Amino acid sequence: MIDVKHLSKSFGDHLVLDDLSEHISPGEKVVIIGPSGSGKSTFLRCLNLLETPSSGSITFDGTVLTDPKVNIDQVRRKMGMVFQHFNLFPNMTVLRNITLAPVRTGLMDRNEAQAEAEKLLRRVGLLDKANAYPAQLSGGQKQRIAIVRAMAMRPKVMLFDEPTSALDPEMVGEVLEVMRELAQEGMTMVVVTHEMGFAREVGTRVLFMDGGRILEQDEPHAFFAHPKQPRTIEFLSKVL
Amino acid sequence: MGLSDYFELWREMMLSRDPGVADSVTWWQEFFVRFYQAFLEGDRWQQYLRGVGVTLLVTAMALAIGVVLGIVVAMVRTAHDQQRPGRRNPLLGVVNLLCKVYVTVIRGTPMMVQIMIMGMVIFSSSRNYTMVGALTLGINSGAYVAEIIRGGLMSLDVGQSEAGRSLGLGYLDTMRFIVIPQAFKAILPSLGNEFIILLKDTSLISIIGGQELVYFAENIVNRTFEAMFPLVGSACIYLVLVLIFTWLQGKLERRLRQSDRR
Repeated sequence: MIDVKHLSKSFGDHLVLDDLSEHISPGEKVVIIGPSGSGKSTFLRCLNLLETPSSGSITFDGTVLTDPKVNIDQVRRKMGMVFQHFNLFPNMTVLRNITLAPVRTGLMDRNEAQAEAEKLLRRVGLLDKANAYPAQLSGGQKQRIAIVRAMAMRPKVMLFDEPTSALDPEMVGEVLEVMRELAQEGMTMVVVTHEMGFAREVGTRVLFMDGGRILEQDEPHAFFAHPKQPRTIEFLSKVL
Repeated sequence: MGLSDYFELWREMMLSRDPGVADSVTWWQEFFVRFYQAFLEGDRWQQYLRGVGVTLLVTAMALAIGVVLGIVVAMVRTAHDQQRPGRRNPLLGVVNLLCKVYVTVIRGTPMMVQIMIMGMVIFSSSRNYTMVGALTLGINSGAYVAEIIRGGLMSLDVGQSEAGRSLGLGYLDTMRFIVIPQAFKAILPSLGNEFIILLKDTSLISIIGGQELVYFAENIVNRTFEAMFPLVGSACIYLVLVLIFTWLQGKLERRLRQSDRR
């Protein structure tokens, strides 16, 4: 579904991603872990071209995203993204946050979008917040809304960029719960996170990144039980 | 006796050659005479009113020109700065350079000189001084508004436009629904400030013959050889206008703050 070949990205002289190749198949839940500055967020942001790769190619569903002629807006409609800082639109109600993109891109008409939004809000238990503004919500509620907002575009893959890192500890659970349900429904997910429990439980594959490369990857149980690289062992010994 | 009769009588007394008569005029009688002269004699208040009308019209026109210019320049400059590296549009680069020159020249030269150049050099054959003045003010204001808007666009968290784009919204939709409404709220105080400055700076166009409030006040000064009442009077009129607009701006800000309630 997503095919990354020889992806490199540098900011000025600083090389963040170093000749990285990876393939993500439909239905996979890929969890990316690693120390800060390892390039995992940049890798994720390259997948929907929020960062422009310096070299290499990314193919999504047969479309070469790195081709300058590609209509990136069309592609992004099929790739949902959830941000660390939620990035809800503070000037709109929750309902409008969710319905804006489906309506403006012509995916649904207003009534359809509203019905879809209400259905999704009911699922995450936030239907009563439909007419609230983001400033009135807690962090956990905001992030659940952000997930719903991305889901409303009916994406084929969801990208999560440290979705629980900005949350109070007691709100992490409710967000992970929504992500877990999403995973059970078969959504293809790429998740950058520090939640090792989530990686172990939900992930189908764990990637460990450091210094702009994928150092090691495995199915989660094997990965956490028998890490091979010294750098992975060192990292896991600190976070587990 | 009506007011005009007292005016005639006391003015005669003030101008009397007999020192005893002139000295017998009390301060409040003199005050009345000068006030009457400045505002009521020959229905002069109508001239102030006309001046205020022109002042407001010039302000509105300059504001319209300034906001349109400001939006265009700010959009060009931010669009230029936000281009992805390696995919720079050369045409946008040229337009961006023109915008930069415009902002630099306008901000780097005094408004008074700009008005004089426009009125006496570029449009020296035009007799419509008021419109030339309004145009100059608009062009001048545009440079400042552009910088205010650019600041507002830049102050917004980049995550907001990233969120919009990640949902598949295009650049223009993201600007229209997400960035501009939030930026507008952020820049409203500075924009109000610019508006107030603009309102007061309309007085400068009187030097090329723009017929606004100060133009009429000066005429009255020349006619009556009395400066205090016409000038302090116009100052009060400006103050009242500014107070009204400040109040309106406060109302608008409170409305826009609706989404901030917790």
